[in-house]
Amino acid sequence: MMKNFLTTLTILLVLGSGPLHATATLESFKFADAAAEQHFKDLIAELRCLVCQNQSLADSDAELAHDLRAEVYEMVQAGKSDEEIVEFLVARYGDFVLYKPPVKPSTYLLWFGPFALMLLAGVLLLRAVRRQKRSATAEISDADRKRLDDLLGERNSGEQKP
Amino acid sequence: MARYLVPLGIFLVLVAFLYRGLSLDPKLVPSPLVGKPMPAFTLTRLQDPNTTISDTDIKGKVAVLNIWATWCVSCRAEHGALLELAKTGKVDIYGLNYKDERAAAQQWLRQLGDPYVANAFDDTGRVGIDWGVYGAPETFVIDSQGIIRHKHVGPLTAEVINEQILPLVAKLQTSP
Repeated sequence: MMKNFLTTLTILLVLGSGPLHATATLESFKFADAAAEQHFKDLIAELRCLVCQNQSLADSDAELAHDLRAEVYEMVQAGKSDEEIVEFLVARYGDFVLYKPPVKPSTYLLWFGPFALMLLAGVLLLRAVRRQKRSATAEISDADRKRLDDLLGERNSGEQKP
Repeated sequence: MARYLVPLGIFLVLVAFLYRGLSLDPKLVPSPLVGKPMPAFTLTRLQDPNTTISDTDIKGKVAVLNIWATWCVSCRAEHGALLELAKTGKVDIYGLNYKDERAAAQQWLRQLGDPYVANAFDDTGRVGIDWGVYGAPETFVIDSQGIIRHKHVGPLTAEVINEQILPLVAKLQTSP
């Protein structure tokens, strides 16, 4: 009983510590209202941390992410637009900081590749289906048809026998 | 025949892509600063908090700017290579001491040797952000016009210096 309780408590503590910690890193920032805070949070969630690579600026605990959050916060407070802030980061770190890469010649394959593959798959599927249909309706010779009828008739009559 | 060749072809394309992927390092992020003028800065000198150093001090000659810190383990690993590069006398090495403590950094140079012409002291890391620094050590090669020509991420080795840095420096020195 006691052991179960302790196990549950430990699991809750471990599960709870993640999100709690994440909000704690943001608590030092003060905003005029909840909307401004939400705007800031949305913005840093869209930006990628360069150190951990698979975490956003909002989630990362890396030293650089701390600094960049502070930088973004200052720019938001200074009334800079989202475009200006994103441009600031892209000029320094490249498109890598964006979770949504821009559409340009070097990213065409990334953006349109899947659709091109789907189109190709569609065309191949259509061709395969057509070919199968054609062979299914293919004519058979009279001799073959007679043999087929015989075979079918034989089985039908055969089934009536006990 | 085609029914075997098509899957084989698809398989080979996949293998080619995956094999290429194996040799790519996701930690290497291409810098948008290559080909652009170096970001302006003015910082105190590491060795003297009362005097400053700025980007204009670096301009005029082909130079190498090395970003380092005492908390950075790979920086210790590359320090020997930097000393070797300094010994060749072929290029001036500037340092950007990144998010470090002044006393610790001065101690480091006394103990391990000082390959730098001068060091800028960036304790807040603000200048580092302008240079797109995301992990020390990083090394930039800058031409005489102050244009960044190359960025190396990670520790310098004798191999990197002899095969990439020095040939580029020689090229930039002969054709500015």
